[in-house]
Amino acid sequence: MEKQSLRKAYGDALVELGKQNSDIVVLEADLGKSTMSYVFKESFPDRYFEMGIAEQNMASTSAGLALTGKIPFYSTFAVFAAGRAYDQIRCSIAIPKANVRICGSSCGLSDFGDGKTHQSVEDGNIIKTLPHMIVLNPCDAVEVKKMMGFLVSYQGPAYIRINRNDLPVFTSPDGEFQLGKIYPITEGGDAVIFATGVMVSKSAEAAELLKKDGIGVQVVNVSSLKPLLKEELLKYTAGKKAIITAEEAVKIGGLGAGIASLLIGEVNLPFEQVGINDEFGTSAHGYEELLEKYGISTNHIYNAVKKALGK
Amino acid sequence: MLKPEEKKDLQKIALQLRYDLVEMIGIGAAGHLGGSCSLAETIALLYFHKMNFSADRLKDPNRDRLVLSKGHAALIQYAALCEARCFPREELKRVKTLGGLLQGHPDMSIPGLEAVTGSLGQGLSISLGIALALRLNKSPARVYTIMGDGEQSEGQLWEAAMAVANFKLDNLTAFIDYNQVQATGPTKDVFNIPELDKKWSAFGWNVINAKGHDVENILEAVEKAETLKGKPSVIILETIKGKGFSFAEGNPAYHNGTFTEETYKQALKELDAVKAGL
Repeated sequence: MEKQSLRKAYGDALVELGKQNSDIVVLEADLGKSTMSYVFKESFPDRYFEMGIAEQNMASTSAGLALTGKIPFYSTFAVFAAGRAYDQIRCSIAIPKANVRICGSSCGLSDFGDGKTHQSVEDGNIIKTLPHMIVLNPCDAVEVKKMMGFLVSYQGPAYIRINRNDLPVFTSPDGEFQLGKIYPITEGGDAVIFATGVMVSKSAEAAELLKKDGIGVQVVNVSSLKPLLKEELLKYTAGKKAIITAEEAVKIGGLGAGIASLLIGEVNLPFEQVGINDEFGTSAHGYEELLEKYGISTNHIYNAVKKALGK
Repeated sequence: MLKPEEKKDLQKIALQLRYDLVEMIGIGAAGHLGGSCSLAETIALLYFHKMNFSADRLKDPNRDRLVLSKGHAALIQYAALCEARCFPREELKRVKTLGGLLQGHPDMSIPGLEAVTGSLGQGLSISLGIALALRLNKSPARVYTIMGDGEQSEGQLWEAAMAVANFKLDNLTAFIDYNQVQATGPTKDVFNIPELDKKWSAFGWNVINAKGHDVENILEAVEKAETLKGKPSVIILETIKGKGFSFAEGNPAYHNGTFTEETYKQALKELDAVKAGL
């Protein structure tokens, strides 16, 4: 399957949207070449603000721009975007519902070589806990572009997680991204996998393997980590014999935990969570090695489905 | 320059703001009297003389903005916004109560407030964003940011100081309420930050000193700041924490203090004496 860069999609979308809307401004903390926001600078130098390596100031500055009618997008590595500026996001952005779009780039373990200080296994989980914030976790480059279009017109603060690596394209460019909606990727009647981000492609691979074993799995792309809507989830649990969740984040406060809390008392099915245990990342030569080490590879999803189905 | 009657009017407003502080805090409850009083003249001058501000144009894109980075001094700003008729006077009595409009720290649900502040060190950054947007919009409006001297220990503030200078934003004027007392004691004993003027100057700012309880002197400093182009300006306001109340002046207990019945009466008596002389 064709792979595309989510980061490039982010940068390209900024430029495309910047042509249509002169209120869009972009801020960066000296990582524009990694996040790909630098392409906006080339097109719109007056609307691109290099803030230096100062993420807290960048967050609150974005709030000021938003409160004065601009639509700021700021990007840096997810670990700094969400963690270093948590209180600034809380007070300057989330409380006043400022129209700031935060891009947490190189999320999860995707910055595989740089190790635990640069890998973010908790950014989406942290930001989800803030009232007024929405959290988006696209599974491919096409979904990034659609989400970016949505984010320009959305009113309120938002966080989007972008994977550093090229990922297979699973979604269709047709239609618009709808907040809170979840999207089926494969069909199958035995179990449902609620997957997010990179785990959508991993889950689809697992579903292929399971098909050979005679097990039908429906993989669903949950790209709105927040809001997470019970009625959307229930559409896909009906008739299934097991639920599996898959995320590239710590399980505590993550997608699986969120789904479990919504479905408890509603659905009584075996439930398996694929996610990272209470651990930080580590350096590796390749991304796949890390997914294997932290228990979130295709094989782990395959095994989780079998376990949930008692097979 | 202020005309004599303008000066007197501003002094009367600063006095009224202090009356309002006493009313808001009341007997037996706590409130940030000290750091509010040190700003009474500055706030009166900005809202009622200098700024392009009026209650019927709170969303005017070309209004001047005031961001109170030292958000704990919210009471003095509430008093001014009330005086400017941004909300009814009854709200002053309901400050910090459940269901009241006026929150313990500045919230944007309050008409006339431009930012959520109180978590210290963020106000200058927010002002930077506002100033950048105003410059993009070619707006004549200005941004005024008031910081505390204790707040100078927040690291984000220096990130912002560098950035504002880097972007050469001369549409932003910052103030430091240099009252030399913070929550737990004199600033020099709690966390000494010597040579503030040299620090700001080294970060690329025009540094201007002003007598913070003299409306004419504050205005001179503000006007000087506005004529200096290509660089932002910071005005160090020499002030007295708790100014206007003998028992509170320079007293850390009134950073967030409580009036007894006795001090409450004394406070009103002292204000009445000033009123009689105006």
